[in-house]
Amino acid sequence: MPKRTDIHSVLIIGAGPIIIGQACEFDYSGTQACKALKEEGFRVILVNSNPATIMTDPEFADRTYLEPITPECVEKIIVRELAELRRLGVPANEPNGADRPHKLVLLPTLGGQTALNTAMALGRSGVLERHGVEMIGANAAAIERGEDRLVFKELMLSIGLDVPISGVAHTLEESRAIAERIGRFPLIIRPAFTLGGTGGGIAYNREEFEELAKRGLDLSPVSEILIEESLLGWKEFEMEVMRDKADNCVIICSIENFDPMGVHTGDSITVAPIQTLTDKEYQIMRDASFAVIRAVGVETGGSNIQFAVDPATGRMVIIEMNPRVSRSSALASKATGFPIAKIAAKLAVGYLLDEIRNDITRETPASFEPTIDYVVVKVPRFAFEKFPQADPTLNTQMKSVGEAMAIGRTFKESLQKCLRSLEIGRSGLGGDGKPWRVGTEVYGDRDRLPREVISRKLTVPNADRIFFIRHALRAGMSVREIHGLTKIDPWFLTQIEEIVQFEDELAATKA
Amino acid sequence: MKAILALEDGTVYHGTGFGARATACGEVCFNTSMTGYQEILTDPSYKGQIVTMTYPHIGNYGINALDVESWRPHVAGFVVREVSPVVSSWRAEQSLPEYLERHGLPGIQGIDTRALTKKLRVRGAMKGVLTTEEVPDAEAVARAQAWHGLVGFDYVKEVTHPAPFQWDQQDNLSPDFRLVFGPATGDPRPTHHPLPPADIPIVAYDFGIKYNILRRLRQHGFQVQVVPAATPAADVLRHRPAGVFLSNGPGDPAALPYAARAVGDLIEHGLPIFGICLGHQVLGLALGGSTFKLKFGHRGANQPVKDLASGRVEITSQNHGFAVAADSLPSEVAVDRINLNDQTVEGLRHRSKPIFCVQYHPEASPGPHDSTPLFADFRELVLRRG
Repeated sequence: MPKRTDIHSVLIIGAGPIIIGQACEFDYSGTQACKALKEEGFRVILVNSNPATIMTDPEFADRTYLEPITPECVEKIIVRELAELRRLGVPANEPNGADRPHKLVLLPTLGGQTALNTAMALGRSGVLERHGVEMIGANAAAIERGEDRLVFKELMLSIGLDVPISGVAHTLEESRAIAERIGRFPLIIRPAFTLGGTGGGIAYNREEFEELAKRGLDLSPVSEILIEESLLGWKEFEMEVMRDKADNCVIICSIENFDPMGVHTGDSITVAPIQTLTDKEYQIMRDASFAVIRAVGVETGGSNIQFAVDPATGRMVIIEMNPRVSRSSALASKATGFPIAKIAAKLAVGYLLDEIRNDITRETPASFEPTIDYVVVKVPRFAFEKFPQADPTLNTQMKSVGEAMAIGRTFKESLQKCLRSLEIGRSGLGGDGKPWRVGTEVYGDRDRLPREVISRKLTVPNADRIFFIRHALRAGMSVREIHGLTKIDPWFLTQIEEIVQFEDELAATKA
Repeated sequence: MKAILALEDGTVYHGTGFGARATACGEVCFNTSMTGYQEILTDPSYKGQIVTMTYPHIGNYGINALDVESWRPHVAGFVVREVSPVVSSWRAEQSLPEYLERHGLPGIQGIDTRALTKKLRVRGAMKGVLTTEEVPDAEAVARAQAWHGLVGFDYVKEVTHPAPFQWDQQDNLSPDFRLVFGPATGDPRPTHHPLPPADIPIVAYDFGIKYNILRRLRQHGFQVQVVPAATPAADVLRHRPAGVFLSNGPGDPAALPYAARAVGDLIEHGLPIFGICLGHQVLGLALGGSTFKLKFGHRGANQPVKDLASGRVEITSQNHGFAVAADSLPSEVAVDRINLNDQTVEGLRHRSKPIFCVQYHPEASPGPHDSTPLFADFRELVLRRG
């Protein structure tokens, strides 16, 4: 199935200004898409309000609109561009134009959430239908299924995949029954329709549960609470999947989060490929990823699927999926050499994976799964010093302002390189002779920090936690103890322990 | 414990030993799978080979009782960049070094496996010696050069079960591994998919058969009688099978004239036949084709194979150093699957007889499950015959 011959112009929606939670990763993917589609001879129309991205440089699109990314604006652009096509003598979006390129289509999956939301709004309000503009890369129904949490959850259960167990209760008896069904603490309680979700909380035992459930039912104007099992401390994984029109599916990259569930992926240290799953478990995750992308109905392009795994039982639940090129896609592309955004753009205009050449080898097709002989680490960059009023605790809301990535032959090498790349003045985990500032205290590089300071910094996820693992090991805490406080996988902690031991070895040699 | 890996071209890598204190000769090859080292170690097809893993961190999730592909590890030696000092998995029962030590196998770590892999890609697979004993470099190189190599050598007779047996009559080995679902409690390990009735009797030739092939066959309703590699066709027919399966196995297919002969007789008899890997090569030979040695083979879990009839691409698990020559085949045999990396033959189908085979591993383990439907294809083929 070669390139579609009915498409004349492709309208790409960019990501707009850079904000926390949506940084330059979508400029990368959008620029890739522009280049790929121009290469294929399509007329590329771009709307992006960000002048600082290379994407809005004149050579990347045939026409660039530096306009607000809003449905109203994009509709005006559609009207203008259809008129422009007709001026050029193209029977724009007319049914009888089928014998030559004549369609203006919309590609919304490469500009992050902003682009996707704008396209969805255009779809819902009937603008796209009115102007005969087809959405390529993903259809509205698929985006809806992927983005609506409840719909997605039901869909996952219907195809036999596991999700966090939850239930809705209206009485204390119903609440107890749900707690019984979930069978373990902690439990998350969320009252329905309270302002800002007040009255919710995490119950770690039966007493707390009774109390929170009762309070939640009282506070909710409809006497309704949602009870959900907590996945705090579970291992978090991601899969980058691609699919083409012929239903060929491949995994581009598997990612394991160093930080367990509870920290936003954008704020987590992440590692590619997955380190601590057996092949049996990995293949189950791979199968599940394909089942998800098929069920959601992303016909072509990439998706990112997130999993949580209970370290004690191996139980694997689906957390969410992004039916578009995501933050992790840029990382996965650089980590594996597989240009996800570029290939996604080509798949959107009709190509199949085996019709596209692999950029790295130039000989083999894109229908393969990258396998690597190195380890990739990504570390988020925070700037809490610039936002003194911000809460530096990491949770499910993204707070990092950027990230650094490193490639090395081992996890240890990659981690050290990555920490050095953060431009925070450190040469790695430590041992560089520079002092440590903790609150108002200043410690020497090889000082042993007080245990209570360390424990506090380990227990609650924060920007400096990675460095406190070194402090903890230097203070004589065992991998087991640190795992108990952080729930970070012992494999990662042991790797860090080796770095710390080597630091000691080097220090001893100098003396 | 010091260790060295010496190659026939005189290269010697110095590293740290793990596993047993031992010395082993073998063909040095590399595998690019990032997971599944336990399945690779226990795959009988690796008999006579020193396997290098290109992925640098190996041993991370330890060894468990379930993920074995035979009764013991078969590699001659194991080469890795870095063995994990801990095991991290709810399924782990022992560490990789403990496991190799128990089976008397040497391993080497801390060498530049990327440099080694590049050398093997350029020079092709080489004879080598891996030792964790005090063997001088020159002697190790000399022993590598003196080793007989894989070509023309029958390794199948070392891994085939000596006597026929019925696979898993109690149905406790075949259920597929499954993770716990939802609010289940208790030991998560015995969670399995249920099995259908075993209503189709077949005979499986054991050239070094992987357990997951037997599991998959059983999961698709086959009652499997396993027979040793040298079993003549007449003995197979005595079991009155509805079909015959030809397994994977180690080494050079051309060194097994007895197998090609028996398979030729079974083809004459008209029985439905399905072959995997070495079984595919033996079928190729029995159908009148020839085989040749690949430069460095296909070993990994990401090989793209195109089904020429449907156009679909399967990501496959592979482990072979020999291949069927496409131009050697008679016209009644169609090449219906090819490797997209080097265009070599990945699947054959007889135009008039119920025979098909694949060079890769649809049973996966390790590797992707894209090709599992081939077992259902075999079932359909057998049922259609009667």
